[in-house]
Amino acid sequence: MGPKAPRLAALAVFFVTLAACGGTATSTPQTDIGITSDSILLGTTNALSGPAVAYGTIANAENAYFTYVNSQGGVNGRKVTFQILDDAYNPAQTVPLTKQLVEQNQVFAMFSGLGTQAQTSVRDYLNTKKVPQLFVATGATTFNKDFSTNQWTLGWQPPYQGESRIYAQDVLKNHAGAKIGVLYQNDDYGQDYLKGLTDGLGSNASMIVDKQSFDVTAASPAAQVAALKSKGADTVFLFVTPKPTIQSLAVISALHWTPTIYLNSVSNPQIYMAAAKKAGAALQNVTSVGYLKDPTDPQWANDEGMKLYKTVIANCSTCKPEDGFNIYGVAVAYTMVDVLKQAGTVMTRKNVMDIAANKLNETNPFLLPSVKVKTTSSDHFPIMQEQVITWSGTGWTLQGSLIDERGTIK
Amino acid sequence: MLQSIRTAPPRYWLVAIVVIFFVGFPTVITSFQTSLWTQAIVLAIAIMGLNILVGYSGQLSLGHGAFMALGAYTSAILAHHYKIDYLLTIPIAALLTGVVGFLFGIPALRLSALYLALATFALAVVTPSLIKRPPGLTGGVQGILVRQPDPPQFAQDAFTTVTGTVMTSDQWIYYVSLLCALVLFWLAWNLVRHRPGRAMRAIRDGEVAAAASGISIAGYKTLAFGISAFYAGMAGSLFGLATGFVSPDTFPVSLSIQLLVGVVVGGLASIPGPLLGAIFAYFLPIESNQWVPSQTWIPAQITSTVKNAGPAVSYGAVLILIMMFAPNGIVGLINWGYAIVKRRLRGAGDRETGQMPPDAQTV
Repeated sequence: MGPKAPRLAALAVFFVTLAACGGTATSTPQTDIGITSDSILLGTTNALSGPAVAYGTIANAENAYFTYVNSQGGVNGRKVTFQILDDAYNPAQTVPLTKQLVEQNQVFAMFSGLGTQAQTSVRDYLNTKKVPQLFVATGATTFNKDFSTNQWTLGWQPPYQGESRIYAQDVLKNHAGAKIGVLYQNDDYGQDYLKGLTDGLGSNASMIVDKQSFDVTAASPAAQVAALKSKGADTVFLFVTPKPTIQSLAVISALHWTPTIYLNSVSNPQIYMAAAKKAGAALQNVTSVGYLKDPTDPQWANDEGMKLYKTVIANCSTCKPEDGFNIYGVAVAYTMVDVLKQAGTVMTRKNVMDIAANKLNETNPFLLPSVKVKTTSSDHFPIMQEQVITWSGTGWTLQGSLIDERGTIK
Repeated sequence: MLQSIRTAPPRYWLVAIVVIFFVGFPTVITSFQTSLWTQAIVLAIAIMGLNILVGYSGQLSLGHGAFMALGAYTSAILAHHYKIDYLLTIPIAALLTGVVGFLFGIPALRLSALYLALATFALAVVTPSLIKRPPGLTGGVQGILVRQPDPPQFAQDAFTTVTGTVMTSDQWIYYVSLLCALVLFWLAWNLVRHRPGRAMRAIRDGEVAAAASGISIAGYKTLAFGISAFYAGMAGSLFGLATGFVSPDTFPVSLSIQLLVGVVVGGLASIPGPLLGAIFAYFLPIESNQWVPSQTWIPAQITSTVKNAGPAVSYGAVLILIMMFAPNGIVGLINWGYAIVKRRLRGAGDRETGQMPPDAQTV
């Protein structure tokens, strides 16, 4: 062989490699940061301590579902690893912790981060970095409505505005002459509910005779509740978080007042109803809405979804199975796994985001029968169906059929 | 020149080493870690301000988080609504907060230590609610997003020459904060060694005696409040820049407590104290939350307590230990250790020379 042989050999190797690459490029599975051949890394921030610690169990319940999926072989052969960091419900901590998960731990996506302010604080950052901020654990309408300007962010649960539009429908149908008094929390959450109610009532918005705001740091909403009564309201809307809700229900009974009461879904889990009863609330004429199966409701005792939930939640030693937040966590984790499964071999952030925001069509076993988790290229509100429920004294009773608010929020 | 370098006291060398360390640090750590240190430095500025108030002039404040909020919101509003360059808003925010702090200092004169603590605590409690009130101005509960500036060309060039990588906004903000911190620490050092500092310390140690020596009690007390708020305002402004977002929940009551913990742990009435206190107060909650649960040798009950109760447990435990074993904070501990070493080196005979020991609190 001449002196040119090595060069020729090198050239040959080069072409063979090129051919090999060209031949396999179409079928080579695509991956992204946070994905290895046998793992998927997701991250979240949640309130494991601080004022909103009651929500912290959501992250643990989600982890319980991922543990369950991993024990069943994982997502297309990949195990899901879920990193949970505690931001104590303080947005100033959410920012560095999210940066840590994205830049240092190299997560594939952020999943189910908790809190409106906290998730707003990192929305710009994650969208600039093109990291999916999927299924944030807040019902603030902005996370679905403003998808066009934040294409890497998506909510999951029914938006607060959609929920209070259902209350508006129910009031107009069943209590047409009602004099409405509203107690709302003076933050994004309470104001979102109030806006939905006002919009839903439309030309009948004058039915609202009084609105009282409540700051979550205040000790008790007693003064506001008494003011609502003195203004002559006979229908009360409680758009406040669990603790002030329990206090308000007790105050209403202490005032010997028997208005029709509408409770928001954040505060309606049975453990809070039990707490209100203990505090002396009569709990008469209480209406709310639901979209999740209530783990304490005996009608689901033999339901397949509920049985699966009980199996899953056993993976979490600190989770109380009867806590409504846990079935929320398991249900949203189910959707996440569903999206990852659909992504198949194209495990890129772009593809996963595309499926979540535009191509979801799922029947979730932990949601009420026939609630669909659905998105299309023009609709980015995954869950928009809820059902009116009334308190029977021992549990929630489903009323009527599902109400669909899809397409009402523009 | 050479003569003065050779005879410089050791603490000058220490300062030079610390400054070089902080300047060079971002070139060896990641951009993310740099952003954590930015927050620690920002906290150090606020703690320095609180130290001037608590350590040097003897007035207790539990409400410095509120001054930080004012500074942060001033900058965010100016940058967001009036399109002023964020870096230019930093001194404006600091000055405005300083003036407000000065005005707050006037009624504070009438309050004795305990009631002053309560009044400032009330300020910290109402601040998050107060911020929500004019939603058009403050963004209400949604807060205001702060766009983090790209590094200017000269900084990018310099950084690329040293590290060979591109400078991120986080790294640029670190250097901005570091510059502010250096200037403010230098100012504080000058302040406490000169007339106002001596007057404040005299008031702290005995108001009647101070008044008898012709010191204007009211003047210096309100001045201390104003300067302290100035520091907090600048820290708040930088804090908004570093997190890229200001909202009511960013400034909870616990932030004010965190600042006070930083002052006490670092060492009251000392200049390096706030820096050490800030590093402690910022990194302890993060480390205790992530490090403790990962350790298998720590009993499960303790791990779960730390996990569920958050940083408060570790804060409490360390604070109790410091109060028991190092009541003058970390700086006091270091001085004590240094004194022992020096005594050993000099030999025991020196102990009895009858010289007055240097006042540790003047540094």
